[in-house]
Amino acid sequence: MGAPRPYTLVAELTYKCPLKCLYCSNPVNFHEMRDELSTEQWIRTFSEAADLGVVQLHFTGGEPVVRKDLPELIRHARSRDLYTNLITGGTLLDEGKLRQLRDCGLDHIQLSVQDTDRRTAELIAGIRSYDKKLDIARLVKKVGFPLTLNVCLHRLNIDHVPALIAQAAELGAQRLELANTAYYGWALENRSALMPTRAQFDALEPLVREARARYQGTMEIISTKVDYYSEYPKPCMGGWANTYMVIIPTGEVLPCHAAHRIPGLHFDSVRERPLATIWEESQGLNAFRGDDWMQEPCRSCPMKAIDFGGCRCQAYLLTKDAAATDPVCSLSPRHDIIREAIAQAERGDGSLIYRDVKNSERLSLDLREPVAR
Amino acid sequence: MSEPRLKESVADTSGVWRPRLSPKARLRWDEVEKRYMLVFPEAALMLNETAPEILKLCNGEHTVNGIIDALVQRFTGIERKIIEEDVTSFLARIRARGLLEG
Repeated sequence: MGAPRPYTLVAELTYKCPLKCLYCSNPVNFHEMRDELSTEQWIRTFSEAADLGVVQLHFTGGEPVVRKDLPELIRHARSRDLYTNLITGGTLLDEGKLRQLRDCGLDHIQLSVQDTDRRTAELIAGIRSYDKKLDIARLVKKVGFPLTLNVCLHRLNIDHVPALIAQAAELGAQRLELANTAYYGWALENRSALMPTRAQFDALEPLVREARARYQGTMEIISTKVDYYSEYPKPCMGGWANTYMVIIPTGEVLPCHAAHRIPGLHFDSVRERPLATIWEESQGLNAFRGDDWMQEPCRSCPMKAIDFGGCRCQAYLLTKDAAATDPVCSLSPRHDIIREAIAQAERGDGSLIYRDVKNSERLSLDLREPVAR
Repeated sequence: MSEPRLKESVADTSGVWRPRLSPKARLRWDEVEKRYMLVFPEAALMLNETAPEILKLCNGEHTVNGIIDALVQRFTGIERKIIEEDVTSFLARIRARGLLEG
């Protein structure tokens, strides 16, 4: 079987970031991954990705604006006709830099905002950033970029969704992503503090439906669910290594942001092999392609072609078996883990662990013991 | 055609409106499938033969009627009525996705 065509490349340029967001999807041991790819290595990789059929290129991190070569990387990607998207916290940008990025051909900017309430926003981001982000949102529009605002939702801001939608409209965003926090990386460490209650989550859907109708054609509103509150798991990444790849700062090619946490998988680096060879042959990328790896109840389930058994990383992080049914599924024999997490969310306890180097050093030490609970 | 909003958009696109492709969307040739695709944040549409010709005229200068006229001239074998339907329904569809301005 030949590998499918990849459409999307997520380039995590660096794990450096001035923000310390509690829900960050970066690996908790990010401080161990400091040996970043060079400009030349990224440029070669983008060319190889374009040859493979990749269309969408997301620059992210960490904070991608930390990389001094960002304009050069964008210019090259555009020369290969990739659709270039910058996913940024915004705090390192200014008008001059935005104009430079626009002149390099950057297609689109996604700016993260934490909340409409300054105190919560800065509690989540871990630094003062509220005013700066609003300034940058306005400058993004002024310089002429289409703007998407990304808001990660959790129990501290989910009740502010009406205000978040109104603010996005006032800022002239063409898209608003209301992404419920997915519990990987730092977010999993902070799950008890971040997960909304069922009542909070249930209140969200009618609000979003109404806003979608109101802003149709002017502002697109995308929302993702808390999968813990779904009956069936999400079709994670549209299938393992199917249309999507993530390249981490050190060069390893992953099917998603979190797969390096699964033991026994080997992910090749673009430092060592051409991207096309990696996409076809990598042991890690082939590990969960197709459905031969599935166990019951997935193996005989009619939903398996739709949700692919859910998320392999979540299965591993919560059950310690990456080939198990995603415990989010109501048919999973380990669904009790999810019920317990929901009960914990109702109690609302849990301390806050910020994404910073000190905490990363500490968490790296016990990484060999998976964070299953 | 069950959604009333879509019908409304179709009505809007049948007049003297001059649509312009949103700056967030880009028409590009796809070397793998050898046809045009419209790319925009997080998604892409693979296009049929007429859609790229419609989009090339969505620059704020041409009215919908003007676009229809141009396509009738270009695709001589096809009835005007069919082209009319094709243009208005395509424009309504991508407008609903926020990909047209003007």
